[in-house]
Amino acid sequence: MAVVVILVLLALGSVLFHVLSPWWWTPIASNWNYIDNTIIITFWITGIAFVAVVLFMAYCVFRFRHRPGNTADYEPENRRLESWLATGTTLGVAAMLAPGLFVWHQFITVPEGAAEVEVVGQQWLWNFRLPGADGKLGTTDARDVTPDNPLGLNRNDAASLDDVIVEAGELHLPVGKPVKVLLRSVDVLHDFYVPEFRAKMDMVPGMITYFWFTPTRTGTFEVLCAELCGVGHPQMRGTVVVDTEDDYRAWLAEQQTFSQLTASSDGDSTATAVAAATAQSEAP
Amino acid sequence: MVDVRSGLGEALPPPEVEDVELYHPHSWWTRYVFSQDAKIIAIQYATTAIAIGMVALVLSWLMRLQLGFPDTFQLVDAEAYYQFITMHGMIMVIYLLTALFLGGFGNYLIPLMVGARDMVFPYANMLSYWIYLLAVLVLVASFFAPGGPTGAGWTLYPPQALLSGTPGGKDWGIILMLSSLIIFIIGFTMGGLNYVVTVLQGRARGMTLMRMPLTVWGIFTATVMALLAFPALFVACVMMLFDRLLGTSFFMPAIVEMGEQLPYGGGSPILFQHLFWFFGHPEVYIVALPAFGIVSDLISTHARKNIFGYRMMVWAIVIIGGLSFVVWAHHMYVSGMNPYFGFFFATTTLIIAVPTAIKVYNWVLTLWRGNIHLTLPMLFALAFIVTFVNGGLTGLFLGNVVVDVPLSDTMFVVAHFHMVMGVAPILVIFGAIYHWYPKITGRMLDETLGQIHFWITFIGAYGIFFPMHYLGLIGVPRRYYELGETAFVPDSVHTLNAFISIMALIVGAAQIVLLFNLVWSLRHGREAGGNPWRATTLEWQTPETPPPHGNWGKELPVVYRWAYDYSVPGAPEDFIPQNQPAPSRVSHEAAS
Amino acid sequence: MSIMLIFLTAIAAVIVWWLAQQRLASKPWLEVGHARDHRRAAPLPAAKVGLGVFLAVVGSLFALSFSAYFMRMASSDWGTLPLPGFLWINTAILALASAALYWTKLNAERQHGEAARTGLLVALAAGLAFLVGQLFAWRALANAGYLLAGNPANSFFYMLTGLHGLHILGGLAALGRVTVHASDAGFDRRTRLSVELCAIYWHFMLAVWLVLFALLSGWATEVVVFCRQLLT
Repeated sequence: MAVVVILVLLALGSVLFHVLSPWWWTPIASNWNYIDNTIIITFWITGIAFVAVVLFMAYCVFRFRHRPGNTADYEPENRRLESWLATGTTLGVAAMLAPGLFVWHQFITVPEGAAEVEVVGQQWLWNFRLPGADGKLGTTDARDVTPDNPLGLNRNDAASLDDVIVEAGELHLPVGKPVKVLLRSVDVLHDFYVPEFRAKMDMVPGMITYFWFTPTRTGTFEVLCAELCGVGHPQMRGTVVVDTEDDYRAWLAEQQTFSQLTASSDGDSTATAVAAATAQSEAP
Repeated sequence: MVDVRSGLGEALPPPEVEDVELYHPHSWWTRYVFSQDAKIIAIQYATTAIAIGMVALVLSWLMRLQLGFPDTFQLVDAEAYYQFITMHGMIMVIYLLTALFLGGFGNYLIPLMVGARDMVFPYANMLSYWIYLLAVLVLVASFFAPGGPTGAGWTLYPPQALLSGTPGGKDWGIILMLSSLIIFIIGFTMGGLNYVVTVLQGRARGMTLMRMPLTVWGIFTATVMALLAFPALFVACVMMLFDRLLGTSFFMPAIVEMGEQLPYGGGSPILFQHLFWFFGHPEVYIVALPAFGIVSDLISTHARKNIFGYRMMVWAIVIIGGLSFVVWAHHMYVSGMNPYFGFFFATTTLIIAVPTAIKVYNWVLTLWRGNIHLTLPMLFALAFIVTFVNGGLTGLFLGNVVVDVPLSDTMFVVAHFHMVMGVAPILVIFGAIYHWYPKITGRMLDETLGQIHFWITFIGAYGIFFPMHYLGLIGVPRRYYELGETAFVPDSVHTLNAFISIMALIVGAAQIVLLFNLVWSLRHGREAGGNPWRATTLEWQTPETPPPHGNWGKELPVVYRWAYDYSVPGAPEDFIPQNQPAPSRVSHEAAS
Repeated sequence: MSIMLIFLTAIAAVIVWWLAQQRLASKPWLEVGHARDHRRAAPLPAAKVGLGVFLAVVGSLFALSFSAYFMRMASSDWGTLPLPGFLWINTAILALASAALYWTKLNAERQHGEAARTGLLVALAAGLAFLVGQLFAWRALANAGYLLAGNPANSFFYMLTGLHGLHILGGLAALGRVTVHASDAGFDRRTRLSVELCAIYWHFMLAVWLVLFALLSGWATEVVVFCRQLLT
């Protein structure tokens, strides 16, 4: 009998925990409240199913527990009941899947005119790159990575020269404008994850992945890495600041472009350049 | 009520199971150590699996101490944490669950339940165990190798698994891990061939497929899946070993590691993920299907009622087995693969929910109007249903591609898979141990100790993993050695983490009660007799308990009915064993 | 993974075909008594079924490797590998081994002991010759500068031929045992079965080699491209 009480308490307790506990998702800061809504739908459907199954089970145990003289029914199957249940389940599943696929379609369809921003992961920090005045990001290759070109930009690509580079700093984004975040890594898998934006995607060395979103409120948000990338994985943090349009422009004006960066590093000791050259020649 | 449609009036079909020349052990060594008896091999498998599982359990304690009390104990540093998390995952999934369900329960139950004397290839079966043991030893060796075991996470994703930023990446850790997996797969294939062919060829007379207990169906289907899925892991491991040892670039793209250009180029990390999950997803069901089968038999036996919708249960097992080969990429929604795959894999994944749900309904409908004996196996079966439903439903979150985006790689995932393929199958294993221990040893396990074990394990495990989902909902990522100061994480999260850790310690400690019970009851348990649960299936009808080598004495059993004749109206007892002939033939001919 | 999925579809077809004969829609609770077993009167020997299942596992292994080959091929660093001409000779030798075993099987059934023994020896020699030939192919490629880690195409060549070679090696061990047994005990029922199993295994490994050869020489790619064109 204890088991009946425990089963009931467990079903109701889970629901109460869900309703009363202080642990809930962070306030959203992007356009993806569709995702939150789909989760809410899923919570309702699965919650009802869970409570129904557990309470029904508790009732069965209570009502049909063994007592002297009891015998069980002999009922091999009941096709009608089974098909009703299967149909009901199919409908429930469809009610979750349909909005899910609908929102996924939005998620992978980048709106035209979305501004491109590149995030480059490396063990264990975040770099960012924004297109310069030409509005285009230059091409890159991990083979081109050197100490004075940590993001591996192609020096022969004219589009690269005016690209704005933010090394291990903050990324600023203007509020209300859709952004296509291009993701790249120069060493291992990483995952650009800001809980408030809801979106995330792995960064794969040798590939460029992407997701898009529109920041909907200003503020400062913490970037975490969500794909195991070695012992420094939990320390791999960064910051995204969502600014008003004016603040964003002011920030952008302070940033250095690729050509400015390389020009300043030309004055460095030749030792780094030599080291970089040997490092490159060793790579086949 | 008995409508005999087939075979009555015909002569008994000739025995189709040859009474093959039995393997006869000549010494203590060949009887108990290098034994070819499936039952001994089963016990060897189970003991080894539980022993290595205890190592994984201790690792989980250390990890939970770190997560719950990050500044208090300082028992593990970041390197050790990632090594422990990797070994914990790999041991639990492969070396404990797969080995115990298929190597342990499969070996013990298949020959007995289908009425065979032994597996069809006893020698390969013996080799299978010793190769498995070798795999375990190689795995354990990595703890003592320079650099320690690999810390790449149980998914072993390249490139990080092979780089110096990961413990064991440039040392022996990853090499030993990959070698151990390759050895395991070779050993498993030998065992797996036995399980499949014994079910195909070794069944007793009259044991048609539709008369097989669901336990056999579950283990059989899982083995077929494992045989087809493990090669994917095998190929992935071989290719990764090439990358690590011979400098090929199967999975390794151009990489700049800590400012240094590595001599790799062009490889595809995603290719590895495809291969890994092509194995990895069926693996979930390789663990789940035997649990489904066993729990069906536990519920039916202890509720004294036939399993509801047997045919549906069989079809569901087969359909789930088939579908599980076309859902693998739902582990890769945010991996950067072609996003359009998301539509396909979300759909197939959610379709699997339907046959799975039918199985759940049929379990609870078996309870309906049953005569439920709240024995320990039944309690564990009930606990399984609760945790499995909970974990299965959260799977609908993660399988639905867009919902997975915010939740993937968070503690929600950790909570989900621990609930659905950790806690739920392990509860079935416990139920199965309490159920079949009397057959294996001839004595019952102690009831009081069993109750203590059950309540702590069930409530404790639920208390660990149910709240953990909400950590993931907040956004706490998985595989974090320490959360540190994180802006969006409230302080209460640290309290919850501490609570989870304390629960984990308690639940882990409760397993010592089970181990003690297993040893103590061997000597002091109540004598069980041949069929203490009054069950119908063949393993309870052996002439001797525990069954000797060859199982059946002189004559093989003949099967006359399905495995679920409980509480048949008009029958003198509330169960009719499968090998009990039909009521006298004359009365039926008269009736018809 | 399309190759693996095609392979799985074939396996699934076999499973469905077999399940279809098992009366899965029957109502077992209504059928008490001596059920007529729907297994054949003379059931297949367990070893033969076991070999069939094992070949499905090996097939799955190679299908997955081939899938990996095609997926890796998509990246830009893929080079081409000129196959040494005498792989053709190796192919012929492997075919000879397969044919010899077929001939052995026929002779063993007819109790032509001497001929069957000769057949076994020919198959053994041909199997060994194939392996030696493969080693020569490796050396020729290595001498020509096509090293293992040089290019993914090379890597796949060495890995796939290596995997196939290991399977041939295992087959040779089994074949050696059968040969020894046959010269001791002649062709009794067990040896005949062993010969038949060896023959099946070698036919299968020949088939795998032919697919592998087609893959490595690039025809398989052309076929795939052609199929895509047909579809679009």
